[in-house]
Amino acid sequence: MRMDQNTLMGKLTEIFRDVFDDDDITLRGDMTAKDVEGWDSVAHIRLMLSIEQKFGFRFEVEEISELRNVGELAAAISKRAE
Amino acid sequence: MSWQLPKPERFRGLCAELDARPGTRGEGLKQLAGYDLDSNGLHRLARSVTAALDADAAAPLARLTLGLVSNATTDLLIPPLIGAAARYGIALSVIAAPFGVTAQAAFDPASPVLAANPDVVLMALDYSALFGGDALEGDPEARVAAALADIADTAGAFGAAGRATIIVQTVAAPPERIFGSLDRRQSGTPAWLAARFNEGLCSEVVRPGIALLDVEGLAAAIGYGRWFDRAQWMTARLPFAQDLVPLYADHVGRLLGAIRGNSRKVLVLDLDNTLWGGVIGDDGVNGIRLGQGDPVGEAFLDLQRAALTLKRRGILLALCSKNTDAIARAAIREHPDMLLREDDFAAIQINWNDKASNIEAIAEQLSLGLDSFVFLDDNPVERDQVRSALPQVRVPELPRDPTDYARILLTGGFFESVAFSQEDRDRAEQYAANARRQTLLSRTRDMGEFLKSLEMSAIFVGEGDTGWQRFTQLVNKSNQFNLTTRRYTEAEILALAADASVLTLQVRLADRFGDNGLISAVICRPAGNAWEIDTWVMSCRVLNRQVEIAVLNEIVRRARAAGIIRLRGIYRPTERNKMVEAHYERLGFSPIETTDSEASFGLDVTDYEARTVPIAIDTKRPEPA
Repeated sequence: MRMDQNTLMGKLTEIFRDVFDDDDITLRGDMTAKDVEGWDSVAHIRLMLSIEQKFGFRFEVEEISELRNVGELAAAISKRAE
Repeated sequence: MSWQLPKPERFRGLCAELDARPGTRGEGLKQLAGYDLDSNGLHRLARSVTAALDADAAAPLARLTLGLVSNATTDLLIPPLIGAAARYGIALSVIAAPFGVTAQAAFDPASPVLAANPDVVLMALDYSALFGGDALEGDPEARVAAALADIADTAGAFGAAGRATIIVQTVAAPPERIFGSLDRRQSGTPAWLAARFNEGLCSEVVRPGIALLDVEGLAAAIGYGRWFDRAQWMTARLPFAQDLVPLYADHVGRLLGAIRGNSRKVLVLDLDNTLWGGVIGDDGVNGIRLGQGDPVGEAFLDLQRAALTLKRRGILLALCSKNTDAIARAAIREHPDMLLREDDFAAIQINWNDKASNIEAIAEQLSLGLDSFVFLDDNPVERDQVRSALPQVRVPELPRDPTDYARILLTGGFFESVAFSQEDRDRAEQYAANARRQTLLSRTRDMGEFLKSLEMSAIFVGEGDTGWQRFTQLVNKSNQFNLTTRRYTEAEILALAADASVLTLQVRLADRFGDNGLISAVICRPAGNAWEIDTWVMSCRVLNRQVEIAVLNEIVRRARAAGIIRLRGIYRPTERNKMVEAHYERLGFSPIETTDSEASFGLDVTDYEARTVPIAIDTKRPEPA
């Protein structure tokens, strides 16, 4: 069953807020590392690992460096949740 | 780490509230560290610890600087280390060597790690750092010898450059096999290289001043297949799966706590549904579940065996149970499957009072601080009451099913220790002897007569290379009879002991009930023709025995021999050491100066007349261990 887009974005928002310690983060599809304070290469790893843990799947190695905006991330998660 | 309380939803909010609180925040930090934190939680907590350190508000957590040498991405490791250390009473700051420059960090005095003069250096090197990816290549024996020599040289250089205790790690071999089971005994395979290296590390490298972190043991307990994560290594240079970082960090925290002397030494146990299944008051001796043949009964037997093992290593056991004393004691005495009997417990409180009060009573009876206590109870309400009334006591969470009680007790890191000394082995007997002394005192009317009847003898040891571990423990663990509350690592103590201009005095005391072991420690530093008493601590087990007078007699004797004419004593008040506020005046020192942070006192050595005490001075040196 496909995960509801709102549920997915809700969970993803929680993860972003937890990783970047900022309760004001509101996600948009076109958001990139430039738009979120603290989204550097180290935090990116933590973000990807947190997503893996929360949604219970593993990214492919290639994806980890390529997924750089919120929309692509959401699509990659959505693909797994099908 | 199921023995920690679950991380609350609003953990980050709690951190932010603590950050904004005025005054010292150490207790709050320690409490937040008590949750089962994931990496993100530990990263958040680390920010709070660092902010508190910057604001000089981390007390009562002890400041500790850790040098970190690693072949991994330390950015993902450092915050979890800081967060986990708070759990063990430490406000940690970390200086990491740049990626892959182990040797430079140790040998170049200008390296950031050495420049920071760290208290502890963690050499977090894993299999790939030592042996790379090549197996069945070169001379395997020589490869292991070279890796060991490298570690020993680097650790030695760190040690020689400063005061740091060094932590070295065992290594886990990657799970891939070349032959199969044959790998275990075929030289040159990863399994063989790692096993040989680990053996050599324990037998040749680890010594006083160098502590061991058994990463291999941790990886084995988790399972190598889960420990090693190739994708994470390739993308982020993480030496093991990132979701295990909190567990690894907790193990480092335990060790740092133990090095600092923050180890706990009393296990307080509940009875009903903790040491046996059922309620003794309702079910009776024949109704409780304990013993072989019943999985539930076996689970409780397991916990009793675990507690008994801890007792053998010097952990004191105590009972704290809401029951009718006579009924519970009868069960302890008469139940055929009980492994623990009354005389295994150093203190017993069985009554209907609240548990926090009973634990306080036990602490008083044993003359030990609550921060050395662990309390095990199946009942969440009791755990909660003790946690909120006595935050210093460590209270592990327990699941409903008793099967895991023993494992939690023995894997939760509550009693981490860096050494096992004869003193530890003897401790349980020493406390039992103390109980007999108290009985004698209550039968003797006169204090002077009582002291004489103890037939005490003291031994002073100022040199030689034994006893410094216990000396360090005593210096770091004493809070009440402690004039200055200065803390030292074992490496620092060894350096002081080796310095001929410094007096480091070990005091051992025996009496007719037994050997109390090393019970007092003194450090005097030279200041012109005077000695400044930098540290004077004593175990509260030997309070009111006139030991401090005998110690002063000895300090003066040695001062004269060294041509010293004056002693300067210092008292630095803390929340815990009011007991010794008048220590120097009682000993005949005159006040020199008093400020908010310390009071100083002086004593003329030339005029001093040794006071008579009911303690024989034994001049023979103990045999080196």
